[in-house]
Amino acid sequence: MIQVNDIGKSYGKVEALKGISFSVDKGEIFGIIGPDGAGKTTAFRILTTLLLADKGEAFVDKLDVKRDFKKIRKMIGYMPGHFSLYPDLSVEENLELFASVFGTTIQQNYHLIEDLYRHIEPFKTRRAEKLSGGMKQKLALCCALIHAPKVLFLDEPTTGVDPTSRKEFWQMLKKLKAQGITILVSTPYMDEATLCDRIALIKDGRFLSVQTPQETVNRFNENLYETSSTDMFRLLTDLRKNSEVKDCYTFGASHHLLLKNDSSLEALKKKMLALGHQDIVIRPTEVTIEDCFMKLTKE
Amino acid sequence: MKALPYLIHKEVLQFKRNPFLPRLVIMFPLMLMLFLPWATTLEVKNINVTLIDNDHSSASRRLINQLKASSYFSLTNVAYSYEEAYKKVEASKADIIFSIPANFEKDMVNGKDVTLQINANSVNGTKGSLGSSYLSQIVNEFLTEMRSGNVTPKATGGFTIRYFYNPTLNYRHYMVPALMIIVILMLCGALPALNIVGEKEKGTIEQLNVTPISRTEFILAKLIPYWIMGLVLLTLCFFIAWLVYGLVPAGSYTSLYLGALLFIFVMSGLGLIISNYSSNMLQAMLLMFFIILICNLMSGIFTPISSMPHWAQMMTYIIFPHYFVEIMRGVYLQGNTIPELWTNYVALFLFAVVFNGWAIMSYKKQV
Repeated sequence: MIQVNDIGKSYGKVEALKGISFSVDKGEIFGIIGPDGAGKTTAFRILTTLLLADKGEAFVDKLDVKRDFKKIRKMIGYMPGHFSLYPDLSVEENLELFASVFGTTIQQNYHLIEDLYRHIEPFKTRRAEKLSGGMKQKLALCCALIHAPKVLFLDEPTTGVDPTSRKEFWQMLKKLKAQGITILVSTPYMDEATLCDRIALIKDGRFLSVQTPQETVNRFNENLYETSSTDMFRLLTDLRKNSEVKDCYTFGASHHLLLKNDSSLEALKKKMLALGHQDIVIRPTEVTIEDCFMKLTKE
Repeated sequence: MKALPYLIHKEVLQFKRNPFLPRLVIMFPLMLMLFLPWATTLEVKNINVTLIDNDHSSASRRLINQLKASSYFSLTNVAYSYEEAYKKVEASKADIIFSIPANFEKDMVNGKDVTLQINANSVNGTKGSLGSSYLSQIVNEFLTEMRSGNVTPKATGGFTIRYFYNPTLNYRHYMVPALMIIVILMLCGALPALNIVGEKEKGTIEQLNVTPISRTEFILAKLIPYWIMGLVLLTLCFFIAWLVYGLVPAGSYTSLYLGALLFIFVMSGLGLIISNYSSNMLQAMLLMFFIILICNLMSGIFTPISSMPHWAQMMTYIIFPHYFVEIMRGVYLQGNTIPELWTNYVALFLFAVVFNGWAIMSYKKQV
């Protein structure tokens, strides 16, 4: 459904995208995962025909993003990273506006947005600017869906949204996928990656890997340990100084640890105790997408 | 073009919801039309004269009385020395020092030369020069009168002056049509410019750009409301001009509206160009401010173009409001018709084509 070959884009001297390639199948949720400034939005803007790439070619439903941009605009739905509906129009007016510029009506495609719209319908006369973050995202998705697009481009749809709304949002995406809509979504949250069919990890304008979340984790292929003690910061610096340690980084409430040789685990624990660390715990833990990302960025 | 009505509806909704714009759009022309014609006058009145009378004769008193009788002068101070009078000028209490020499009456009766002195403060150039020339006129009339021995004023003869098109030399009649131009200049230029830049700033333009609406549709939806607004405001101005100043155009309303429509096209096109090239409202605002200021001062609204230096006169060919100024004053005061003013209409038309074409070309949905 989406085919991207070696797309690159520079802003002056800054190379935002350094040649990325991937393809997305029909009815797939494809996630682009990476930190801020990695080039996610640039990729989205090129695919939604808002920005011209410096090199490479890209197709949406076999339509060239450069040549056939007019046709593409009719069949895609785009939700930019920042809220970009009219803040001074009401919920209903925004939705009506976007339906009518696509030459359709709310009634015609109501089945697509029904689940979402039910949540915001009680506030339909309220101005969009007065909605909460989660409500705004739901409205934006409604507006992107109202013309029944074949492909949805969602640029960081869950940034700044509370955990409950995020979960609801992803459930909604699953439903849309079931209706055959192809979804390209970007997010800085690694935990959302597992909800995609396939993910691309992006850093500094380059794709680090393009696989299913499971494959990405499988490829990690190393034992990962979780460690903690009473003085977490000193533990981090001490571990990093140790020659047996391959890598150590903070991960939530604990540190994640990679060893050069797994047999040295007990010796390491003793060394840390000798350095005066109390309640030290080092135990195997499950690999997450974030660990894969950390590993790939260092390779 | 199917989406156009919806887009216009959206613009109107947003305009009405704006807490500030509707009030501005009504208040601005009202303030301009009701107050400024009384305030912005170039007529020189109330010139403060400090008098040094060294003669104290019946002749000097008669001259002073003539001075008092004129509406241009107010005799505020009497000084006994030049130094004292000069202090009044320094304190901005006097615009002119008028000194009558000693033996003024005697010398005059004896047929000797008399020298009266006028010292004018020219910080305000117009007031200084006009004031001293008015004053010398009064003095000359007085001297001629005295010399010919006629103590009672007699018909002076010589000239009869008739002022065409504005017989009472009413400065307001000159200003009112010009202020209407300023209303359109400010509102129909600045508002569309700020509108599009506002969408850029809020990011709403991005969502709209991925829709199938064409750029012509987008731009027309932005412009049409302002075109209508401009014509409505102009009608309001016509009404005020008649109601408050009793001023009705000597020519036809058709020729005024045609000129106004063309001028509105030019201004809104210019506004769009500015908005396309600026990335935020502040930039657009400052640029518009700069252009409007030059237009106000150079287009003949306040100062006649014919008294500008040659190079500045050449420049006014591209100061497009000047064509509309010609139309407005020509039709309002002189009763000119479209065929008589045709060059101005053609010039405005060309500017409209160029600006709007440029605006549409420079608006890109893709970057």
